Amino acid sequence: MAIKKEPEILLKASKINKSFGNFIANKDIDISIAKGEIHALLGENGAGKSTLVKIFYGVLKPDTGTIEINNSEVSISSPNSARKNGVGMVFQHFSLFPALTVAENILIALDKKIKFKDLILEISKLSKEWELFVDPLKRVSELSVGEQQRVEIIRCLMQNPKLLIMDEPTSVLTPQEISNLFKILKRLASSGCSILYISHKLEEIIELADQVTILKSGESIATINAKKTNTKFLAETMVGKEITDLKKTNSMNVTKDIALELKDLNKAKETDFGISLKNINLKVNYGEILGVAGIAGNGQVELMEILSGETQCEKENHILLETRPIGFKNIAERRLLGIETIPEERTLHATVPNFTIAENTFLTYFFKYPKANNIISNLLNNPQNSKIESENIIKDNDVRCPEANPLANQLSGGNLQKFILGRSLANDPKVAIFSQPTWGVDIGAATSIRQKLLNLSNSGKAVILISQDLEEIFELSDKICVINDGALSKILPVAQITAEDVGLLMGGKLETSNEMEST
Amino acid sequence: MDALILTIIATSIPLLLAATGELITEKSGVLNLGVEGMMLSGAVGALGAVLWLGSPYFGIIAGGLCGVLMASIFSIFTINFMTNQVATGLGLTIFATGLTGLAGAPLVGKTVPSLPKIEIFLLSDIPFFGEILFKQDFIAYLSVAIIIFITYFLKYSKSGIVLRAVGDDHQSAHSVGYPVKKIRWYATCFGGMCAGIGGAYIPLVLTPHWSEGMTAGRGWIALALVVFASWIPWRIIVGALIFGGITIAQLVGQARGWPIPSQILSMMPYLATIVALTVISGRISKSNSVVPASLGKPFFDTQ
Amino acid sequence: MITFIPRDKVSKNWTIIGPILSIFLTIFFGLLIFTFLGYNPLETLYQIFLSPFSRIDRISDILVKACPLIIVGIGLMLCFRANVWNIGAEGQFIMGTLLAGSFALLFPSVETKFFIFIMIVIGFIGGALWAFIPAILKTKLNVNEILVSLMLVYVAMLFIDFIVRGPLRDPMSFGFPLSKPYPEGAIINKIPFPAIGYLGQLHYGILFIILLIPISWLFVNKTLSGFKINVLGAAPKAAKFAGFKQNTITITVLLISGGLAGVAGVIEVSANIGQLQPEVSFGYGFTAIIVAFLGRLNPIGILFAGIIIATVKLGADNAQMSMGIPKVVTGLFEGILLFFLLTGETLQKYKIKWSKVT
Repeated sequence: MAIKKEPEILLKASKINKSFGNFIANKDIDISIAKGEIHALLGENGAGKSTLVKIFYGVLKPDTGTIEINNSEVSISSPNSARKNGVGMVFQHFSLFPALTVAENILIALDKKIKFKDLILEISKLSKEWELFVDPLKRVSELSVGEQQRVEIIRCLMQNPKLLIMDEPTSVLTPQEISNLFKILKRLASSGCSILYISHKLEEIIELADQVTILKSGESIATINAKKTNTKFLAETMVGKEITDLKKTNSMNVTKDIALELKDLNKAKETDFGISLKNINLKVNYGEILGVAGIAGNGQVELMEILSGETQCEKENHILLETRPIGFKNIAERRLLGIETIPEERTLHATVPNFTIAENTFLTYFFKYPKANNIISNLLNNPQNSKIESENIIKDNDVRCPEANPLANQLSGGNLQKFILGRSLANDPKVAIFSQPTWGVDIGAATSIRQKLLNLSNSGKAVILISQDLEEIFELSDKICVINDGALSKILPVAQITAEDVGLLMGGKLETSNEMEST
Repeated sequence: MDALILTIIATSIPLLLAATGELITEKSGVLNLGVEGMMLSGAVGALGAVLWLGSPYFGIIAGGLCGVLMASIFSIFTINFMTNQVATGLGLTIFATGLTGLAGAPLVGKTVPSLPKIEIFLLSDIPFFGEILFKQDFIAYLSVAIIIFITYFLKYSKSGIVLRAVGDDHQSAHSVGYPVKKIRWYATCFGGMCAGIGGAYIPLVLTPHWSEGMTAGRGWIALALVVFASWIPWRIIVGALIFGGITIAQLVGQARGWPIPSQILSMMPYLATIVALTVISGRISKSNSVVPASLGKPFFDTQ
Repeated sequence: MITFIPRDKVSKNWTIIGPILSIFLTIFFGLLIFTFLGYNPLETLYQIFLSPFSRIDRISDILVKACPLIIVGIGLMLCFRANVWNIGAEGQFIMGTLLAGSFALLFPSVETKFFIFIMIVIGFIGGALWAFIPAILKTKLNVNEILVSLMLVYVAMLFIDFIVRGPLRDPMSFGFPLSKPYPEGAIINKIPFPAIGYLGQLHYGILFIILLIPISWLFVNKTLSGFKINVLGAAPKAAKFAGFKQNTITITVLLISGGLAGVAGVIEVSANIGQLQPEVSFGYGFTAIIVAFLGRLNPIGILFAGIIIATVKLGADNAQMSMGIPKVVTGLFEGILLFFLLTGETLQKYKIKWSKVT
């Protein structure tokens, strides 16, 4: 096993600066990583974590600053030169090619020459050694997200890295997969490989890391021994203020009135990359939040589209609003009936980026304006009609705009999400369906969005929350179910299910049952 | 019969070359709709070179170079300036139609010697097949060599895998450290070279003199052939021969006085293209993994 | 080395500077090519860009030439806004003309000018039907509309050739491939001006443009349908999210653009030719693509773009007569212009930074 010795510095970066146009992503960042150390990089979205590690991996070039590896200054001009210097990286959204096989994916990131046969051998050797099982001849598009991450890790291990960078690796994994990953990372570290681990999840960092560097608004504000700190201290240092807890009082208001129901819903996939929905049964009552957990790419997108009405049901009575079949209603008709959906993608789906806020309001409000007996104004139904409503949405939801009626792409992610939410909630929906509502927004905005969800269910509305963030699911939901490969698990009250169970369901390890829980 | 098959092969070669080149271009994620324009410039370049330098072989080189030149213009705008690929490709064809009209004006009325046939020792003596397969001209052999080469290249060579990777997900390719723009430049220029040589084949073998717009839509049919072949190289051979066959059939029909108006017969290749696209597209839309995923999307690299 | 940096906001200045700068750059590069090929650049410059303005009747001919370009361009504007690539307007132009022309020839003695309105409607239907083929194939079977609409251009060209050499050939045409002349009711007259008579070929068809431009402006900017088209082009998923039917929009824009191409054909032939012949379009359908882009997919822009491109076309005719330059050379200018216009669109979204190669 590893022998204890004085910490020797592997990588030392000094005064790293990087800006994009007027936006300063990294400002005078200093960081040093010892050999065999697991060093966590903590910070909110937009704090500059990804920018910094992309600089270490040669994807981005720093404006100024120096990087030393083993005490000699190096210039990392490209990922190739990063790999030559012993730096490997697993990207958050991966850098894999879906149409290529696993072996081909690994081959093209290798800088040495190797015969295809030897490559396959080496892959199987490594995957046995590290318990990262994948079939080298499968196409990446056929793999689960967890398997895809294994391919990325094997790809790095092939190079015998001295430093392995991992960008938010756990956001796509089940709890079980996470603990496996941690085992591998600890083993790697004890064999002498340093690990730079990016995350915004505090428990993980305490569990895994030796040191933690906290970034805020592009600056490094502290480096702390992770073994001698706690989550509360980390959180407050990261955010820079005390964190307000959610006021959770909802479970009192759950009613027995069914708001929305899916009955034996089947929908075949439309493309190779899609997921077929299999025999889905789901009920949500007024006053409750139903959380749908699951790993990305297990049918959440398809479920969302069928709930919203963007794709058609095969039968009208697959979906019932109270008792009324609405399977053939399209999304605009469902909006009129009081069903609002907030999709995962804020730009290009929920909004048109280069359209104004008034035009984006008109996008989902246009059917409100036609009046009987006024042919001319109905003929000229245009975004001007949404002017006042868009101003109200901005005012009521504290959407910070750089100018009056700005383009959607002038708003920050958090403000755009506030607008999208405000636009839907101003319609006073009976049923609201959210997909990843706090993805990529800062903690402040996330807290206020979550509070809105709770308030919504408190006021007697039915809420469906589709999220990959287990913490979020457990924090908000009254009932939980899991989607895996297009099938939905039994729906259970939050008190009757543990995170471990959900994890097993997410990984498809528990049998999924299509029977409805009769409550 | 031999003669008929030989003319079918000859007619299909420009399509074959241009479609193969476009296939490589599209595999890298670039949709170049300027094939017609690149073929035209290849044709006019070849004619000019032969008239100036004498040997038809200079025509092949000049045709290829003119195609590369056109592809470079396309690359500067779409790859470096990130313009819309569809519109730029159309622009390239319109531009090349004008340019070749201008450059070809002095060539009108002049004829060039045809590209000689090369007999391959012994093999050409095989009855029937020898005549068809081993008494061809240089470009015909070249085009078969190119198809064999790119089949191997795409499947087994690392560079080929990299090319497909760039067309599949350019952002990932950038993250792994490949120069996406450079690779696309190469692929587009290769496509230009093939289209240029394909265009050169028209005056060098099929009709030995210049006329405005002499490619007559072959570039567009080549584009359709790539879809028809579902981006698989050997299928282009099949597709090109079918189109060659249809084109020759209408000529035969006209010569033998079939009771169908000549214009209706002349429509056949174009109508066949629509039919072929329709048959294939229905299938592709269900299994869209054959289409390079970043086809037609501009790449912006942050540095 | 040039690097691009994304702008925080689309630059409004570049929306106007772009097209103007493009025109100057196009003239510069065009003349460079002419010089390279051994033509006198100043002479070419004069012939192509200035000679069309040398006489008042020539100026009015610019309007006549611009007329079909603008009508087709407005139709294409709708397609391109919706991200539907109809490049077969040439074929739709021909088929609209052919259908309306054949109809007119059924009534050899019609005299009332109301007949022209019927022809316009039939021309619209003819063009729309031809565009319906790529529309239905695209929406039902996901067939690429670019290739289909283009293939149909060749088919339409061969078809009209067949018709005027066959079924509709005038027995009195001495073997020329021409139909009988249109009846009086199917002819669009030139506009008489008091005191000076006619101004070149200036005809009443121009009135159609005066009507079309404000209507199309209202349509794209002030109606729900126009909004739907804009959303579909800018973000198809957002269109789906709003509940707009993508296929309906796609079919609609193709039908309207095909129809308008057909109308352009009817007006062009009824005003300037007065009978059917194998060649009725002279590339208007293709040139209109450039017009639509130069006009920044905006009706008022297209009006000016049509006039500019028509000038070049007439200039090229003059250059052919006086200098022997083949008139296809307009394509050269159109192509370069399109390249620079598209680059201008990139510069709306990105700033340029010059840096030394390191």
